[in-house]
Amino acid sequence: MLSISPTYLLYYLPLIVTISLVFGGTRHEDTTKVIQHAWQTGRWITGFMLIIFAVLCLMAWLI
Amino acid sequence: MASSEATTIDVEGQIIDLKNRNLAAFLSWLVPGLGHMYQGRMTKGCIFLVCILSAWILGFALGGGHVVYASWVPGDRRWHYFLQAGVGALAMPALVQGNRMRKATDPDTGYTARSYTPLWGGFMAPPYRRVLESEADEVSAWYARRGAGYEMGTWYTVIAGLLNILVIYDAFGGPLAVPISGRRKDETPDLEHSEPEHSAPEQGD
Repeated sequence: MLSISPTYLLYYLPLIVTISLVFGGTRHEDTTKVIQHAWQTGRWITGFMLIIFAVLCLMAWLI
Repeated sequence: MASSEATTIDVEGQIIDLKNRNLAAFLSWLVPGLGHMYQGRMTKGCIFLVCILSAWILGFALGGGHVVYASWVPGDRRWHYFLQAGVGALAMPALVQGNRMRKATDPDTGYTARSYTPLWGGFMAPPYRRVLESEADEVSAWYARRGAGYEMGTWYTVIAGLLNILVIYDAFGGPLAVPISGRRKDETPDLEHSEPEHSAPEQGD
């Protein structure tokens, strides 16, 4: 299904952690809220990318 | 002349003294998180420092140390550098190397003199001229050697630089407001009966 090695997807992990924490950190001052916001941002981006992944897989299967 | 500009803001019930916001913004550009440390916001400063520098250094390593260089010549317009330079001091050696390369390159032919040697063992030095899409050159060799790591390294460093722009803004003006669409219903403040979450700066003495 994937045309790349699954280990290639590991590049995603440090990036999502960094982006989520910086997004959270630039929107709150309280550390707990920063972590909560980072968690929500990480979930949102991951979910969004999973949806895109599913759509692309479906299109590849249909074609 | 004494400055009358207010530097104190109220964010989520916490009073933050932004001190000299221009200096804080500059420090944040120079080293991610340094401006926050100057303002006494140590936790956030450490988060930004670790996250952004880690991403940038990881990207730099993935690209074999060649993904950050300053170049603006035909065939090799390295626009990524403008974004990579968002992390400040770390990307500055590339400017020195780029200038050295420029001086050793003939502007008419685009070829670099054979006597040219980069500083610091080629750290952040531009590729040897000329760079032509139709021919094998030093950039092609970097791509061939690192494979996907060169692309990933480029994007890691670019994203780290872009994220630092948010950090610079945070050091200058405090946290960005959370959009209403991003709040949960139980977190939405009653605008008619409550104080604003992120109030405007108070007038200084």
